[in-house]
Amino acid sequence: MVSDSVQPAIPAIEIENLRFSYGTKEVIHGVSLSIPANQITAFIGPSGCGKSTLLRCLNRINDRIPGAAITGGSIRIGGIDISRPDLDLQVLRRRVGMVFQKWNPFPKSIYDNIAYGLRIHGETNRKALDEKVEHSLRVVALWDDVKDRLKTSAFGLSGGQQQRLCIARTIAAKPDIILLDEPCSALDPLSTLKVEELLLELRNDYTIVIVTHNLAQASRCSDQTALFYLGELIEYGNTSQMFQAPREKRTEDYITGAFG
Amino acid sequence: MKNPEQLIRRGVHRKGIAEGIVKTFLGGMTWAVIAVALMIFGRMIWDGAPVFFKKEAPFVNMDFLTKKTETLHVFDDAEGIRHQLPASEFHQWKSSHGTDAVFNEQTFSYCGGGIAGPIVGTVLLTLLSVMMALFFGVSAAIYLSEYAKQGRFIGWVRLAILNLAGVPSIVFGLFGFAVFVLAAPILTDTPADRSLLAIPLGFTHLSFEGWGSSLIAGAATLACMILPVIITASEESLKAVPQGFREASLALGATRWQTIRKSVLPFAMPGILTSSVLSLARAAGETAPIMFTAAVAAKDDLPWEGVGSPLGVLTGQVQALPYHIYTLALKIPTSEYTERAQFGSVFVFLLMIFLFSAASVVLRNRVRAKMKW
Repeated sequence: MVSDSVQPAIPAIEIENLRFSYGTKEVIHGVSLSIPANQITAFIGPSGCGKSTLLRCLNRINDRIPGAAITGGSIRIGGIDISRPDLDLQVLRRRVGMVFQKWNPFPKSIYDNIAYGLRIHGETNRKALDEKVEHSLRVVALWDDVKDRLKTSAFGLSGGQQQRLCIARTIAAKPDIILLDEPCSALDPLSTLKVEELLLELRNDYTIVIVTHNLAQASRCSDQTALFYLGELIEYGNTSQMFQAPREKRTEDYITGAFG
Repeated sequence: MKNPEQLIRRGVHRKGIAEGIVKTFLGGMTWAVIAVALMIFGRMIWDGAPVFFKKEAPFVNMDFLTKKTETLHVFDDAEGIRHQLPASEFHQWKSSHGTDAVFNEQTFSYCGGGIAGPIVGTVLLTLLSVMMALFFGVSAAIYLSEYAKQGRFIGWVRLAILNLAGVPSIVFGLFGFAVFVLAAPILTDTPADRSLLAIPLGFTHLSFEGWGSSLIAGAATLACMILPVIITASEESLKAVPQGFREASLALGATRWQTIRKSVLPFAMPGILTSSVLSLARAAGETAPIMFTAAVAAKDDLPWEGVGSPLGVLTGQVQALPYHIYTLALKIPTSEYTERAQFGSVFVFLLMIFLFSAASVVLRNRVRAKMKW
């Protein structure tokens, strides 16, 4: 048996020779990689290497920043070029959810936070809302903690709980892909562990892309790892292979702490 | 430590004296300001409060608040007793006692009765103008902070809006006179001769002949005056809402407008309400903008009396407290018989602005308690 006969995983996201600039300053210099479905892909690299920028291109949230623009190459999600002018941005963002570095629940009740995305997409049925809110909170293992205080402010939760609430809010909108931008950088180790466990569970249903500073986190909970440095992709491959036998000298240096 | 005795002060302590002088000077200036404020308020309360309050229940002089303004007649009767009666009661008295029974009659315009007309007029003008200004101002602020591409042009627009806040109120009055009173468009079947432009619409005409001196013209002028404050403050409050809320909402697939409506505007509300508190007090207090556009010194009917439709309220002229005070101060020689109306009006006016502000502050705090993050 040759390994070619194994069905290769269908890529969920294909990035081809992507260039990205803030004004006149190019920050991503031609990056190509394809991200497989139903796996966790980690973006690592030192600060300012373009990993967060790349992540924020995937749901086009960078559009908000004046002067920020893709200047070359393409991003395809499910085979669709997301730069095409007739793209439905709202549907793209619903199907490609995002969790931010600093947890940002709305100053509303826990229930309203989860229901926000559902209501925006036209769900008004009370019972359906209740069910979906409960389901989303169960997925992130918050339900038992908050079921008695769904109507109280989300700000009463701890940082880790708030971040999991944000993940639940994203899941409630029924995405296919979840982008996480350093979701644990401001969490304590125990909360970080809970989020990581959650990600490993979510892998079965969602394609996950996570940006992280924490190398241990990348090695613990990702299937693929991409190392960026100064806007370029240095190495991309299977996580265990990359951490144990990196192909590139710079990868080895970064992993062992020689730079970055 | 060498020479520890340096720690002990010797001779004249210049720094200490300078410090004392500065402190005394700054404190003195502060107390001077307080003294001026106390004198102003003291005089108005000293002379105004007795008109407003009375000893028996309900402890407030309801006649002064609810009666219309009339001419005050002061005269002696046959026994030499001095009477002070507003015009309506004076005519009754005269018809029952005969014209011959009136001696030494003096009349004081606007000094009899109460000040119901000016109170009602000021309330209507203020509320209407703040509503108009909030509608236009918040819309503009949302556009400027959320939609407009930030560049040099928008910078100039902002500067222009800020400068508008410094324009003297009499200039706004003249502007309102030229635009709203003389040139604003109305729908009419028979355009006036002085109409600037009459566009036939088939069933009626759109005629640019102005709204005349009216409640709506005055409110529109006041709205223009407070607009810059409302726009600037609303824009600041919108900008103070964390970007994270916007990104979270957009990332869930919300449109820009959904995002603004559900997760930006509600949290900017306390700031917007604060700015409207300030504008409310300012709109209520201005005389110059309404002088040519809405206010009259004397009016027999309240705004809703003698009008066919609710629209008639808007197109009628009104009395207003600041203009009433101006009239009382300027047109009538002050005497013991006029002080009741003069100080009473000022006192009621102060009280009204205080109540406006207090109500808005309470409202703002309630919204803020609900919308904090």
